Amino acid sequence: MNIVIVGCGKVGRTIAEQLDGEGHSITVVDNNPRCVNRLTEHLDIMGVEGDGASRDILREAGVENADLVIAVADADELNLYICLLAHCCGAKNTIARVRNPIYHKNISESQAMRRSIGLSLMINPEKISALEMSRLIRFPGAIEVDSFARGNVEMYTLKLTSDHFLSGKKISDISLFKEEFLRGGSRICLVERNDEVIIPGGDFVLASGDKVSIICTPARASWLFKKFNKAAAAKAKNVLIIGGSRTAYYLANILIESNINVKIIEKNPKRCDELSELLPEALIVRGDALNEELLDAEGLDKMDAIVTLMHLDEENIMLSLYARQKSEAKCITKVDRIVFDKIVDTMPLDSVIRPRELTAESIVRYVRAVKNSEGSNVESLYKLNDGRAEALEFKVVSKDSPVVSKPLKTLNFRKNLQIACITRRGKVIIPKGEDTIEPDDFVIVVTTHKGLRSIDDVLAD
Amino acid sequence: MNKNLVRYVLGWVLIVVGAMLMLPIIVAFIYGERDYIYFGLLAAVCLALGLISSRFKPKNTQMYVKEGYISCALTWILMSVIGCLPFYLSGQIPSFTNALFESVSGFTTTGATILGVDRQIEELSHSMLFWRSFSNWAGGMGILVFMLAVISQLSGQSNMYLMKAESPGPVVSKLIPKLRGTAGVLYAIYGAMTLIEFVMLAVGGMPIFDAITLSLSTAGTGGFSIKNAGLMAYEGHYYWQAVVTAFMFLFAVNFSVYYLLITRKFKQAVTSEEIRWYFIMYAVAVAVIGIDLTVNKVYPSALDRWHHSAFQVATFASSTGFASKDFDLWPSLSKATLMLVALVGACAGSTGGGFKVSRIIVLVKGVVRDLRHMLHPNSVFTVKMDGKTVKEETVRSINVYLAIFTFLFAMSVFVLSLDEKMDFTTNFTAVIATINNMGPGLSQVGPTQSFFHYSMLSKYVLIFDMLAGRLELLPMLFLFNRDCWSSKR
Repeated sequence: MNIVIVGCGKVGRTIAEQLDGEGHSITVVDNNPRCVNRLTEHLDIMGVEGDGASRDILREAGVENADLVIAVADADELNLYICLLAHCCGAKNTIARVRNPIYHKNISESQAMRRSIGLSLMINPEKISALEMSRLIRFPGAIEVDSFARGNVEMYTLKLTSDHFLSGKKISDISLFKEEFLRGGSRICLVERNDEVIIPGGDFVLASGDKVSIICTPARASWLFKKFNKAAAAKAKNVLIIGGSRTAYYLANILIESNINVKIIEKNPKRCDELSELLPEALIVRGDALNEELLDAEGLDKMDAIVTLMHLDEENIMLSLYARQKSEAKCITKVDRIVFDKIVDTMPLDSVIRPRELTAESIVRYVRAVKNSEGSNVESLYKLNDGRAEALEFKVVSKDSPVVSKPLKTLNFRKNLQIACITRRGKVIIPKGEDTIEPDDFVIVVTTHKGLRSIDDVLAD
Repeated sequence: MNKNLVRYVLGWVLIVVGAMLMLPIIVAFIYGERDYIYFGLLAAVCLALGLISSRFKPKNTQMYVKEGYISCALTWILMSVIGCLPFYLSGQIPSFTNALFESVSGFTTTGATILGVDRQIEELSHSMLFWRSFSNWAGGMGILVFMLAVISQLSGQSNMYLMKAESPGPVVSKLIPKLRGTAGVLYAIYGAMTLIEFVMLAVGGMPIFDAITLSLSTAGTGGFSIKNAGLMAYEGHYYWQAVVTAFMFLFAVNFSVYYLLITRKFKQAVTSEEIRWYFIMYAVAVAVIGIDLTVNKVYPSALDRWHHSAFQVATFASSTGFASKDFDLWPSLSKATLMLVALVGACAGSTGGGFKVSRIIVLVKGVVRDLRHMLHPNSVFTVKMDGKTVKEETVRSINVYLAIFTFLFAMSVFVLSLDEKMDFTTNFTAVIATINNMGPGLSQVGPTQSFFHYSMLSKYVLIFDMLAGRLELLPMLFLFNRDCWSSKR
């Protein structure tokens, strides 16, 4: 696809990297020559220097023939304007990053407005991050939650500690995953051990330090997590948010809706006033959070979850490290920059949220969906564990496919591949050996192979 | 520097050169010549070595500036050495230095020849003549660009550095987002235009072999001809010479303009400042020479004066280096005009050589800017081209380019002057002719003369100048930089 990305900031860069890796023709536009150069030197893409809100520059970047224009410049108004301009020049689809909740609401409510801008997707990074954080707070045992099949199935990633229920167990021995327990169904489909991604078989032994991904329905997940650890599964009641950013506002809103007590620490008095106006149910504390006494006084050790949303990554990391030392609470750390990625991962931080990766990921997911609607029958594609594994959702079209209507245990699958889930007429099935794949099913396949194009590719040659 | 990566790139170069060597074999079979042995043998060796080398992909394939420049310089040296072996092994050019000179002259699209003294061009076999002209074509757009277009193992990533090192012009940018696509588009335009020229010449009644070789060497703006007398051998064939004139002119135009025309962006194509000045330069030079020839009553017919003026200016501006008349006999003003035109050269992003019109434009604007700045010390002026600000970095790099160019030029003339046999005009124009990849100079290296008489040292200096000129100085200079060779720095 021909894609034009306007704005080479953090998000623009991540999107360009991802989409370039997937073989799209990309042109980036930014008025900062440095940003453009840095990208074009490392990626096989074209760069145009100049004001993205100028029609000549957009034309130079080739918006007339673009299948998609992604506006991720600084200001909402600018992004919307760029989309309008690109749409008028002939771009087929546009995506805008819109942070302002009012714009977001107004535009998403009016289809006429979206059509006149040619807007197919609006992305609000803060909201996406807040949603992801709220999911993590819902399942404190998980460090990552991904949702599949329109939210019917979720994938929970947890890091095993030495005293974890699953540590040291052979997968086929774990009664929770045995077939008679598979009512709603759940399955371990990925294990990351020492930077290596494994699709485990039945005789795989889990060890502490492994990152284990379990696929199941959300309802089943609460049951499962309760079994793992009664204390951790107890619903979070008190959440401390450090830093009163826009993300904090969204997160507090979601949490308050599900009756969770929220406390926000914010330094800026003006912002405190705003927050208390916007969130009457939340407790707003004015003060500098980088102060052990203040944190202790606000009951850090009594919290069920702590979310650090300060401006600087370093502050967030320090705060989380301190919180981990002082309390048992679930910790969520926001990290904006993604340099020293690997180092951050080795720190005892619990969950780390990278808003720009989330934003990029949701845009990339959309692009994949558009691309897949032409040609191959991959419905959606999720990259897991830094792209080292993939979860693909296939639609089974043909009756004559070699996988259709045969018990799974009779099929000869490729190595490092697992049929994780089948959705049949909206019903989720975590398949057993006797289950079959039928036409019109949606099948989720988890694999470390790249480039699967149809459900037939799951079989070994 | 990642030497393993350079080795890998050179492996692919060997494969491509091996494949190129197959073409003269076909020619040899058609004309029943025995030279296919040499080409076949070389092709086999190149392919074998290349396939072995390309089997071992380096762990780190990330290309950086250094690897780009060094790979580029080594590619061209390797290609030239392989290219000279058919001449040398077959004994058709008995001296290695001469064979190498001829091969470098071919690939760098210079078109200067050492033939015509002890050996006549006509004595070479058809397959050798084809190889000579084909080297013009291959060198014109560049072999690395070709590799980027066809070899998927090299596409993507950061191989833009390879293209930047090989393609002429102060700023090398892509036409479309994918590097492979860009290289493909360039070669498609290049191939199509070569084909059109061939058809036009063949329709005009030119013998097929002549038409093929002439199209190939015009396309690369090389200037190798299969006749000792060059284009003078087609005396009186105005149509043929006119077709060649038109195509020399067209191949020296920035190829991105053709891409803009194909994609129907006519306005952008027409308003290019570089093209405008290229046209003006061409028109003014033709007029000056035409009038000069008329005033000095050089040829009896007005048609001849203007026809040959148009032909010679096209050949010098595009750095092709054909001769439709012995211009060495023309008045001084005409000769000076031709040499100046050759120095300015073609447009950036074309197959032509020279300093490049766009560099001259930026240089002049930069000088004007700095002079104005001296009068108004607190003023801020930006250099603009095509309505866009030229980066300060680009302006500076062009100044540096001029400095290196002048230095190399002066040193080359100095070393050439050690040779007592040659006069100053000869040495001076020989350097202009080689460093700009043009071909013939004046006096003893004039269009009816040959570079044969130069000493071995001079020939190697000129070989270096040709390579440096084709690769726009930097890759050849970095070969001598210790930093580039160290794996630690």
